[in-house]
Amino acid sequence: MVRVKLWGSLRDLADGQEYVEVEASNFKQLLDQLEEKYPALKPQIKRGVSLALDGVIYREAWFTKISEDNEVVLMPYMVGG
Amino acid sequence: MAFDENVKTEFKVVGTRVKRPDGIDKVTGRALYGADFNAPGMLVGRILRSPHAHARIVSIDTSEAEKLPGVKAIVTSADLADPEDDFFRDIRDNCLARDKVLYDGHAVAAVAATSRSAAKAAARAIKIEYEKLPHVTDVDEAMKPDAPVVQAGRSDESVPEGLSENVTSYFEFGHGDLDAGFAKADKIIERSFKTAATHQGYIEPHACLATMGSDGRGDLWCCTQGQYFVRTICSEVCGIEATQLRVTASEIGGGFGGKTTCFIEPVALALSKKSGRPVKIVMSREEVFRATGPTVSSSSDVKIGMTKDGRITAATAKLRYQGGAFPCGTVEFGAQSAFAAYDLEAVRSYGWNVLTNRPKEAAYRAPGAPMAIYAVESVVDELCQELGLDPLDVRLKNAARKGTLASYGPTFNDIGLVATLEAAQAHPHYAAPLGENQARGLSCGFWFNFGGNTCVSLNVNHDGTVGVVEGNPDIGGSRASISMMAAEELGIPYEKVRTVITDTNSLGYNDVTDGSRVTFAVGLATIEAARAAKREMCKRAAQIWGIDEEAVVWEDGAARPSGPNAGEHPPMSLADIAAVMDQTGGPIAGHHEVNADGAGVSFGVHLVDVEVDKETGSTKVLRYTVFQDAGKAVHPDYVEGQMQGGAVQGIGWALNEEYIYGEDGRLQNPGFLDYRVPVASDLPAIEPVILEIPNPGHPYGVRGVGETSIVPPLAAISNAVSRAAGVRMTELPMSPPRVLKALSGG
Repeated sequence: MVRVKLWGSLRDLADGQEYVEVEASNFKQLLDQLEEKYPALKPQIKRGVSLALDGVIYREAWFTKISEDNEVVLMPYMVGG
Repeated sequence: MAFDENVKTEFKVVGTRVKRPDGIDKVTGRALYGADFNAPGMLVGRILRSPHAHARIVSIDTSEAEKLPGVKAIVTSADLADPEDDFFRDIRDNCLARDKVLYDGHAVAAVAATSRSAAKAAARAIKIEYEKLPHVTDVDEAMKPDAPVVQAGRSDESVPEGLSENVTSYFEFGHGDLDAGFAKADKIIERSFKTAATHQGYIEPHACLATMGSDGRGDLWCCTQGQYFVRTICSEVCGIEATQLRVTASEIGGGFGGKTTCFIEPVALALSKKSGRPVKIVMSREEVFRATGPTVSSSSDVKIGMTKDGRITAATAKLRYQGGAFPCGTVEFGAQSAFAAYDLEAVRSYGWNVLTNRPKEAAYRAPGAPMAIYAVESVVDELCQELGLDPLDVRLKNAARKGTLASYGPTFNDIGLVATLEAAQAHPHYAAPLGENQARGLSCGFWFNFGGNTCVSLNVNHDGTVGVVEGNPDIGGSRASISMMAAEELGIPYEKVRTVITDTNSLGYNDVTDGSRVTFAVGLATIEAARAAKREMCKRAAQIWGIDEEAVVWEDGAARPSGPNAGEHPPMSLADIAAVMDQTGGPIAGHHEVNADGAGVSFGVHLVDVEVDKETGSTKVLRYTVFQDAGKAVHPDYVEGQMQGGAVQGIGWALNEEYIYGEDGRLQNPGFLDYRVPVASDLPAIEPVILEIPNPGHPYGVRGVGETSIVPPLAAISNAVSRAAGVRMTELPMSPPRVLKALSGG
């Protein structure tokens, strides 16, 4: 199981949990699992999210490998100026 | 691979200060900017804009305008497509209003005519009946439950109940027990701050030339930070298949984030489609101010607790950003960045994105971060003053470092904040004496940096030179830096490489030139493309020598035999291999495509000395030094330019620049005379100090540098002004009237 930290305002959409656990080995599976287990997160995920994996931010990258040893943080979709 | 692909640390070309390849073109006028493109039979496009801050469009009558001589087409929102996605619908509705005008300057209709005067007369002849509606231009007013609703139904599921419909999204970040943290503090300061909307202030206004043929194929030349994104937007907004629209980016006279969207391009395409002729639109400066993105303005509350010895025990920030008349995604970056420089046990930031009757916000260098960090760093500075502590010591004591749990969620890996602070502390500027009414200000700043979708082709020519094809407009000197990385990797002189920026049909998709991504991501792709070409050249040499490919390495710009059974062969240079490439298998090229991640965050520290004239309220910037972690500085001149440029724009935000709206909701200062950006005589020499802490996510250790430099100046200057004036400033810009008001206790 991968432990995913949710940014604060998402927690209300995941039964108030700061951390949730999902069965996933890559970014795509993780997002699919989050949508399935916590449907209220779906609109936000559809609008776009980034994922910090051991501190490195990934914006899309469905097939980035994730394991239970990684620190995984769900973050807003990152852009710049 | 037979040759080393590990991260490089020794360089021959990278890190030198070579001549920029586009310099002569740009200073002699040969370079083609947005308004320089023309086509036979071209029409002049002009856009009619709303004089009201908020009004329902009752009717639009174009019949009289259509009869005027020279008028070839008139379009309204009805001539644009109906995208499914909210994001594209908002861009469409910003390009040409549908149902309601949402701010002063909102585009309503457009004409194409044979001359400028005919277009102007036709625009005047369009009759629009408006029903005026109540408006709101202030973020705090817009958040009140009874505020005029700018757009109904745009709040997403994150917004708590009971707020105004103008609040479109809510964000929260942080960790730890705030109550316990504040209980440990010896001193707690809570303050409220405001910042004004500021424009990116690029020299070149938006300009484009569009042609739509009767066969449904279009071409567009425009001034943009991302031709591929323009193609995507125009395809959605105009209902054109991407394959049928080719977009070419002109040179660009500044962007800073403000040219990462579309304002006129879909309109020009719609006019061209209707008239059957090429249409050129060039915005006036007034249009740029009234109808293209400034950054957000903000209102915020920050509370920080500190012990007597300077340890921050807890911190909160409440950030309210108005992004104009359409939902924006900016406050989240402010809320994430606010406390990123600190290692905190208890921290929380909250952010609300809010609609107002102002132009749609556009990105501006590190969007959302400068305002948040201004508020936080102001309170940290005031705590240092109150507790009699050295502000740099306090920042070092609390600085985020490897292993720190960042306030926005993840744990930091290698970061350069401590090194940057130590460099500032050791610099002569920090200990230099100050005179009467003078003071020194300090601030840290943080930005994420990004990578993103990138595609590069690298072609070896018969004469031993190399052409690199990339898809990002050259804003910060990328032609030079990309050529340098190609030359470095291939082992050939910089002068042997020419990098060109291509149109959307000639290379795979590239993300916009934003997020400080280009030197990082395009550089990474260029290095990989060069490595692909090297592999092929090693293969050709092996064939010529009749040995195994694995027995050939690439060193110092040449293929060389290597290993016990390779035999004795003189090295074959790139030029040697290129000269016989037809005979050895044909063209040699390298290509790489990637959605690059691993950009690596960066930190900056700014030191500034100011003198405040207590009679006039004016502030003079006396000395300014920027310290920033660049990873590897590919072209130090450009890195220094980015650091200086960010500081200069920050000085403008801090001291003078602001959008001023009247009671009628109309912009009062849409021109450079009344909206005052810093000019050379306002500025001291700005000293850049580059730190090079390699980014492990890039083969040469490159990080982005374009955005971090605008994050610290607001707070650094505010802290300096507050100390010099003897009163804490809490609103930007600190224009003379505002400073005088503060001095008089107002």
